[in-house]
Amino acid sequence: MTAAPEMQEIVDPVPGAGEPHLPAQPDLVQLLTPEGERVEHPDYALDVTDEELCSLYRDMALVRRWDVEATALQRQGELGIWASLLGQEAAQVGAGRAMGTGDMAFPTYREHGVAWTRDVDPLHVISLFRGNDLGGWDPVARRFNLYTVVIGAQCLHATGYAMGIQRDDAEAAALAFLGDGATSQGEVNESFIWAATFSAPVVFFCQNNQYAISVPIERQSRVPLFQRAAGFGFPGVRVDGNDVLAVLAVTRAALARAREGSGPTFIEAFTYRMGAHTTSDDPTRYRLAGELEEWKLRDPIARLKAHLSRSGKAGPDFFAAVDAEGDELAVRIRKGTLEMPDPAGTEMFDHVYAEQTEEIAAQRAEFLSYHEGFEQ
Amino acid sequence: MTTLTLGKALNTGLRKAMEDDPKVVLMGEDIGKLGGVFRITDGLQKDFGEARVVDTPLAEAGIIGTAVGLAMRGYRPVCEIQFDGFVFPAYNQIVTQVAKIHARSRGRLPMPITIRIPFGGGIGAVEHHSESPEAYFAHTTGLKVVAVSNPADAYWMLQQAIACPDPVVFFEPKRRYWDKADVDLDVAPPPLFTSRVVRAGDDLTLLAYGPMVKTALQAAQAAEEEGRSIEVIDLRTLSPLDLGPVEESVRRTGRCVVVHEAQTNLGLGAEIATRVTESCFHSLEAPVLRVGGYDVTYPPSKLEEEYLPDLDRVLDVVDRAMEF
Repeated sequence: MTAAPEMQEIVDPVPGAGEPHLPAQPDLVQLLTPEGERVEHPDYALDVTDEELCSLYRDMALVRRWDVEATALQRQGELGIWASLLGQEAAQVGAGRAMGTGDMAFPTYREHGVAWTRDVDPLHVISLFRGNDLGGWDPVARRFNLYTVVIGAQCLHATGYAMGIQRDDAEAAALAFLGDGATSQGEVNESFIWAATFSAPVVFFCQNNQYAISVPIERQSRVPLFQRAAGFGFPGVRVDGNDVLAVLAVTRAALARAREGSGPTFIEAFTYRMGAHTTSDDPTRYRLAGELEEWKLRDPIARLKAHLSRSGKAGPDFFAAVDAEGDELAVRIRKGTLEMPDPAGTEMFDHVYAEQTEEIAAQRAEFLSYHEGFEQ
Repeated sequence: MTTLTLGKALNTGLRKAMEDDPKVVLMGEDIGKLGGVFRITDGLQKDFGEARVVDTPLAEAGIIGTAVGLAMRGYRPVCEIQFDGFVFPAYNQIVTQVAKIHARSRGRLPMPITIRIPFGGGIGAVEHHSESPEAYFAHTTGLKVVAVSNPADAYWMLQQAIACPDPVVFFEPKRRYWDKADVDLDVAPPPLFTSRVVRAGDDLTLLAYGPMVKTALQAAQAAEEEGRSIEVIDLRTLSPLDLGPVEESVRRTGRCVVVHEAQTNLGLGAEIATRVTESCFHSLEAPVLRVGGYDVTYPPSKLEEEYLPDLDRVLDVVDRAMEF
């Protein structure tokens, strides 16, 4: 009987846990260290102006301020629920800012940072979580699809949309967002097969935030997620998801590759959900406080701030101005939420079909007549 | 007039729809070179190319999920589900996505997707090639559901379903694919979501759709020989239901029987019986009765003739309705 081979540790859910740096991961693309030091990567050069760096900082800071305000509004009973993006600002802003105007985003339900980059009004996202509508923005005009809650379903939509781009002979790409948990879904794997076999111009942007609600990544995969792509026949890249510059560079390259007809890419943005899954969740039941403390040292916004400060690209006036803008945004969100009118009761009957059926028209009339009965 | 089998009428209808609208894209398993396991898409890939007649990977959720994305991009996907029992891997996409995206987007994202499903038994196959899952889809708000019974409807209704701005689940009676009839390719068809009296009568109203329309007509013929005059209505649309002609009929006949292959429990017949009872209560001489499959797993094919409603079982229930 031969000895069992030594078990190889192939999953490292939190590389470098116990120390504040992501350790040397040969496959991890990073352009900005947690300390704010700009580093180069042989495959991903990035030319950014000082203005662009400041603009990325502003995006992330404002998105976080929005997120904090929304969480507060939920705690005060003004929103039914809120899915916080705390800690994932770099992944979302970097991916969103990599998109071209003709590209189309297919978000999950946490992509507020991407929504921001597509000029979706925060109040149109808030209205969904307040229960006023099922998604208030125009997905066609904003090129940002409605949030999709059934996990992974949007990856097939993005792939089909990309097949449409091919048929239109257009220079555009679809960007599908998904989480680490979604990679276990059959439909997500089907979308990989479809994208690969049709060489569809779609990029799968997976934010591996280490947890699917409470279940850690080890329960979803025995290999690092980005390595899965190889089995489907397209490139997989692991990028430091808390490094907005690396995310921007990697996503830009993947989208360009898709647009030029070279097919899909899977991006694993290695990050951490610093908050709860949603306001209904209690992460103290399934993860240790120390883990969060370690990830706080890799905070995506703090690292860009450190870089801007130390390099002299931005000073206290700039940061104060962004803070002030954030406070104004928070006031606008709060006021807009509290003043948001409730939807009319008939609204639920009006959009079930493009061509209304007599059956639903009759129920609508019955509904109105029932309520008029109370007014007499 | 052209004589067509029901299958060829579908094929001809698909061809016409593709000629009329370059955004129509067919998707499905084996629909290209093979022309589909029932040959409904025969010759279409050769004439319209692989971009418009897509042999997909073998994954039904993928067919419907990518159709959603294509629809968002302005295409009109027509998806073939190879057999009724194979629609369930796609059930999530159909029910949680296709059916809801129009409402969720307040009409900004129409879903003009046609989902073709060969349904019903009688071909001596395994159970997942013989089922009648229409009630699941008729129950789902946001979908429209139709079933065709004859070559002329097959030709027209398929084109109308493809042109419809809402998603349509299109049921094809697979055991009738080889039935022939004359089809007038030039006459203006009745609207898609309407039922139709296919045989006039005075004593009882017999409702059917899909493969059971032929059975119902045979039963009415046999009943006539016994001196009973039965009106047969082909429902054609299962969601929305078009019960106007049914109510008009039942108010005259006072008796109503619904026939379908699907299991009787919570089948279409249950909803129809309720609505007819509500609207025609004072005209009814007998309760609305149902003839359907038994509430069992679809049996092995040696037993399917016992399971499926046939002429004798329909006449038996007609007798019961007449005896009240």
